Amino acid sequence: MTDDGERGTPGKGLVQGLAVTLKTMTRRSTTRQYPDVEPELPPRSRGVIALLEENCTVCMLCARECPDWCIYIDSHKEEVIVPGAARARQRNVLDRFDIDFALCMYCGICIEVCPFDALHWTPEFEYAETDVLDLLHDKNRLGEWMRTVPPPPAHDVLGEPSKEEASATRKASGPGAAKQARANVRRPPSTTAERPPRAEQKPGEPAVDAPQAPPGIDSETEPPEPEK
Amino acid sequence: MPVWLELVIRVVAVVVGFLVLPLLVGQAEHKVMAHMQGRLGPMYAGAYHGWAQLVADGVKFVQKEDITPRDADRGVFRLAPIVALFPYLLILLAIPLGPGGLVAQPLDIGLFFVLAVLGVGVLAVLMSAWASGNKYSLLGGLRGAAQLLGYELPLVLAAASVAMAAGTLSLPGIVEAWKPWWLLWQAPAAIIFFVAGLAEIRRPPFDMPIADSELVFGYLTEYTGLRFAFFLLAEYVGIIVIAALTTVLFLGGWHGPFAAHLGWLWTLVKIFALSFVIIWFRVAYPRLREDQLQRLCWLVLVPVALAQLILTAAVKLAM
Repeated sequence: MTDDGERGTPGKGLVQGLAVTLKTMTRRSTTRQYPDVEPELPPRSRGVIALLEENCTVCMLCARECPDWCIYIDSHKEEVIVPGAARARQRNVLDRFDIDFALCMYCGICIEVCPFDALHWTPEFEYAETDVLDLLHDKNRLGEWMRTVPPPPAHDVLGEPSKEEASATRKASGPGAAKQARANVRRPPSTTAERPPRAEQKPGEPAVDAPQAPPGIDSETEPPEPEK
Repeated sequence: MPVWLELVIRVVAVVVGFLVLPLLVGQAEHKVMAHMQGRLGPMYAGAYHGWAQLVADGVKFVQKEDITPRDADRGVFRLAPIVALFPYLLILLAIPLGPGGLVAQPLDIGLFFVLAVLGVGVLAVLMSAWASGNKYSLLGGLRGAAQLLGYELPLVLAAASVAMAAGTLSLPGIVEAWKPWWLLWQAPAAIIFFVAGLAEIRRPPFDMPIADSELVFGYLTEYTGLRFAFFLLAEYVGIIVIAALTTVLFLGGWHGPFAAHLGWLWTLVKIFALSFVIIWFRVAYPRLREDQLQRLCWLVLVPVALAQLILTAAVKLAM
């Protein structure tokens, strides 16, 4: 009526309001009928964490990096006698690997930090429990989630070859061809020799780049080479 | 057919309409409002698109505890829902559905009767507000009283205009006399009657007496269970009554193709179209402030209604 504001044609706003609601009514509603219809989750949704037990070496990185300490790991050492070797080797055997999803905050640090891809995100999210104690998933239950892990996204064809590929070609072409294989992945010549190639370093600017990276980054993004 | 049998049939028909039509409007409100907001609305009750949602609501309301506050004026508190509901039943008696006496009770002063009974609604609001013994209820009731008394005036003036044009106070008589060009001639009166009617039944954007963001739930704050359900039913019957009155007075009731046989259908179609508009307004418009509400009534609706009366009289004299 006499309210202030933009003064256009009288009643224009009233008609516009009616038009908006009528237009919305003719469109399909955005409601997802979730329990009846499965939701379409985006790829790489963070539902639950799956454990591939064979890959775990009990390095404890995940348990140490977990911000709220919800990963519990127990293990013992076993002797493995390798025929022909001078002495028996030792191997860690996983006894217990529990994640308490009542505490987990789904930051994904454990998955990022795992050097051997033993932990994976899966989009499954329907594991609510009536008892909070049941949210502690043991290693069998975590292993069952592995079936629901989606395949990794395809490698970018224009990107650099992965570290695994590069080292595989290097090894395949023998010790003599090592230098040439390294040149293929455009490795900066001046950095320390044992480090695997880094994607973001260009050959021209290795020394400028190095101090900018925080000291902790290297150990996290580049997994230590497995012995042997 | 004996008189008593005819009477029983007419009353039963009105009661059935009184119980069924509000359910249809209520369900339509659920679904229309949901889709206008990009939602689905009720989907589970009754298995097919939630058609039985209001039945389920009714069952729920019956099961709720019937609480009367300690400080309430018990008799008045319990009587108020009936007073809110009963006038609408009486109004439905006088509304003509089709030609040839298809009306429960033809009254020569039908329009006068209908407007008088519609005014009883104020009484229900004041009764429930005062008897609740709750300050929010009282505030809501006072707002309601101010609103209903104010909007009664343009409502009656607009109705008087069409009565003057038709030369009768009988509702079937008005529909008989109606001509299509009245749509233009009586257009301001029709809009005023519809808007004032919305305010009379306290529908958004005129729901100041309830104003759930300010007054909890206004004069309905203390009501629970079946008594609350009665108030809710009264609101939906109110939609039907206002839509039916606007149809009969301004949209030519049963007039339309094949009116002799399908007149009742035309009336119903028009009533439901207007009910849709009432629901549509609720979704589209925010609630008016109290001063805006009074300003709209006294500075816009009443002067325009008076001008319409003069126009109607002038055209009537010229013809």
